[in-house]
Amino acid sequence: MKNSHCRVAIVGAGPSGLALAGELASAGIDGVVLLERESEAGGIPRHCGHSPYGMREFRRILSGPEYARRLVDRAQRCGVVLRTAVTVTEIEAGGSLLLSSAAGIERLQADRVVLCTGNRETPRAPRLVSGSRALGIVTTGALQSMLYLKRRLPFARPLIVGSELVSFSALLSCRHAGIKPVAMIEARPQVTAWRVASLLPPLLGTRLWLNTSLREIHGDDRVSSVDVDVGADRGADEPMTLDCDGVVFSGCFVSESSLVKVSHLELDRASGGPSIDQYGRCSDPDYFSCGNQLHPVDTAGWCWAEGRNTAASLVASLDGRLLAAGRSLAIKGASPMIRYFTPQRITMMEPAYSNKAPTAHRQLQVRLAQDARGRLSLRDGEHELSGRNISARRERRVLLPLPPLARLQQCRSLSLEFEPAQAEQR
Amino acid sequence: MPEILSSESLPADVFDVVVIGAGVVGCAMARRFALQGARTLVIEKSMDLLDGASKGNSAILHTGFDAPAPGSQEHGCLVDGYNEYRDIHAQLNLPLLECGALVLAWSDEEAERLHILRQNAHRNGVISAQIIDAKQVRRREPEVADSVLAALEIPGESIIDPWSAPYAYMLQALQNGASLARQCALIGGRFDGETWLLETSRGKLRSRLVINCAGLYGDHINRLLVGESDFGIRPRKGQFVVFDKSARPLLHSILLPVPTEITKGIVVCPTIFGNVLVGPTAEEQDSRSDARVDSRELQALVERAAQILPALSKHGVTATYAGIRPASEHKDYQIKWYQGQRYCCVGGIRSTGLSAALGIASRVHREYCDQGNRHTAPEKWIWPQVAGIAETAKRDWQEPGNDGIVCHCELVTRREINQALDGPLAPDTLAGLKRRTRAGMGRCQGFYCTAELCELAEERLSQSLAVARK
Repeated sequence: MKNSHCRVAIVGAGPSGLALAGELASAGIDGVVLLERESEAGGIPRHCGHSPYGMREFRRILSGPEYARRLVDRAQRCGVVLRTAVTVTEIEAGGSLLLSSAAGIERLQADRVVLCTGNRETPRAPRLVSGSRALGIVTTGALQSMLYLKRRLPFARPLIVGSELVSFSALLSCRHAGIKPVAMIEARPQVTAWRVASLLPPLLGTRLWLNTSLREIHGDDRVSSVDVDVGADRGADEPMTLDCDGVVFSGCFVSESSLVKVSHLELDRASGGPSIDQYGRCSDPDYFSCGNQLHPVDTAGWCWAEGRNTAASLVASLDGRLLAAGRSLAIKGASPMIRYFTPQRITMMEPAYSNKAPTAHRQLQVRLAQDARGRLSLRDGEHELSGRNISARRERRVLLPLPPLARLQQCRSLSLEFEPAQAEQR
Repeated sequence: MPEILSSESLPADVFDVVVIGAGVVGCAMARRFALQGARTLVIEKSMDLLDGASKGNSAILHTGFDAPAPGSQEHGCLVDGYNEYRDIHAQLNLPLLECGALVLAWSDEEAERLHILRQNAHRNGVISAQIIDAKQVRRREPEVADSVLAALEIPGESIIDPWSAPYAYMLQALQNGASLARQCALIGGRFDGETWLLETSRGKLRSRLVINCAGLYGDHINRLLVGESDFGIRPRKGQFVVFDKSARPLLHSILLPVPTEITKGIVVCPTIFGNVLVGPTAEEQDSRSDARVDSRELQALVERAAQILPALSKHGVTATYAGIRPASEHKDYQIKWYQGQRYCCVGGIRSTGLSAALGIASRVHREYCDQGNRHTAPEKWIWPQVAGIAETAKRDWQEPGNDGIVCHCELVTRREINQALDGPLAPDTLAGLKRRTRAGMGRCQGFYCTAELCELAEERLSQSLAVARK
């Protein structure tokens, strides 16, 4: 079996991995290897042919594939070694990776490993949806890779389930390809994406039904119709049957952390991604992680920025500036309203080092369990270290600044709390 | 003799045996008769093998510890089938996970029943079955819920691959002289005292013997050919939930409940592919083809599984499916020869068909020989090697020249997919391709590989997956 060594191995060449790789190489780190299991680098934007990308990174509006190409070009110009069609099948302590490619298996030993494997949508099975297993049931990811990468149409009149940003992306992709969705349904009373997005389906000739959930999928070979429960007291009445030839399950993103789940690394059950500290380090300090793997789901631009920030911490780690880590303090999520947050712990540093290490995460990224208003605070017992009044939707990123490390060093415990606003306490 | 493709016409000469149905029993039957030199043809109405009852089961290789008593058809076939699988699996490159089973007792009443189960197991020849206490259960299965009281341990219960086993049987049948005609439904037939003239959707056939292995349609075929049936199929649906591979370390053995009169109950067990399987439900229904899953039943399975193995609730669901068992009003199998008509019915193979198939085939062949029938067996049997797709085997992604991975969740390579599409017994449908390779069967359910699979498969499947974009 082939054995090789590199300084940094990055798993996943989406926006965060590409940004991080480029940043490391620009900082003069030699031996940065970027591993991508698809045949082309670029990640999800590569098969999203329409959306606005690149505002933050390139100060202009680009399509997904254009944006992906620019990220790849930039990383390669900086000297990153990009290896596509290589799958990491195992990660081990000490930065040892098992890779599989057309040539079989090989071992790659890296001084540091960064996991940037992103996220994916929840398909039909884990949603436990009733009905038959017919052809024509896809996620947006599968749909877009068929439409944009392989130029194939899996159906002509699908139902779109969900109203996240990606659901509208699915709708746009369909219309762009001449597919006419019969309806978009959302189980909750309002769209999950920005409210203004609800104007889009009628413009594109598709009905948007709120308070509507999918009851059952029909069809022997291929999807022939679906039953949906419409209205606030759904389930009580007979469902409505919609003729259609496909179902797109959009959104409900989950972290793609398959490698972490069967590894020595600590998994944060709440976010589904690896547990990290403020430097983006996993429970094994040779491993880092960034991007949507940590917080499903965020924009490509956000992941790109996080990749760059994590690169700075990683350079410090390679220089030995993060070596002096002492105890670490886990942050406890102390309210059922908090769905997940990252980073999940703070690593305390020797005072002599604490100012020298760039911090990848200067704020907590939080997601709520449902739409809510109230005060989000990081506390040490009775004492509020950081706090914000927020009004946020379930899928929205909420940021809470972290106090300086010197302040955190003095804490005995850290808990993240959410106090709902008065009106909602009834 | 290869497969008779749908473009080809059926042979005009007389077969020794026509087997109706290419489920697991039909595949094993064809193998046995072909290996003994009979000129054998299998006709299957669907586009693929295993498209009926055989496509959804728990993949357990049963010892027969809880089967009907010795002397019953089921017991004899189970014991023979179990032993033969263990004898031949390595030669066909079929996997075997010897994980053992525990029948878990959660109440005093159930703990009492374990003694009866042990007696039955010993009566059935499974003498290694023994009762262990809660402490021993927890030592073996630390993740099992605290409230477990005791268990009956059956070391011989094992896990196999429900797809590749029958596939290998059929492949070996074909390579040793049998034929297969898919999309070939039986319409009618009559026996002239010497040969059967069968009418099928693909034309006429002649055979000196007909074996009905039609599974869910066994009673229909009986009525069609011999005008009567001693049993009626009472379809019983079983829904299953497959948990993510991350859950696999949570258990070592097959975890069985204490069975009731009606059902063996909800099993929690490993799969040969490294997942955790929970199921089946037992739902009587009229339809023989309706394998829909139901949200509430699936939810109940997930909850039941978490009562047995609490840590399972932290793991994701990868897949859901349903199978239909061809139960009848009888407890035992309904294997019956219609003397003077050269017709054998193998019916009512309810839920142990995968384990018993090889034994059923031996039994029917033995009875066939007892009636004075003899053929010249091939001098040397050909033993095909099926592709190793179980987690217990060395996989193609570890080998050079695999052409790269297409399905990342199940680590299925382009070479494996191409070999399945071009190989013998090639699939005609996407479902058939998935069964042969596991591509798209993993946790993302095709988020990453659907487009690639469609591109690879579309020219080579008769099922249309997508149309080209203008």
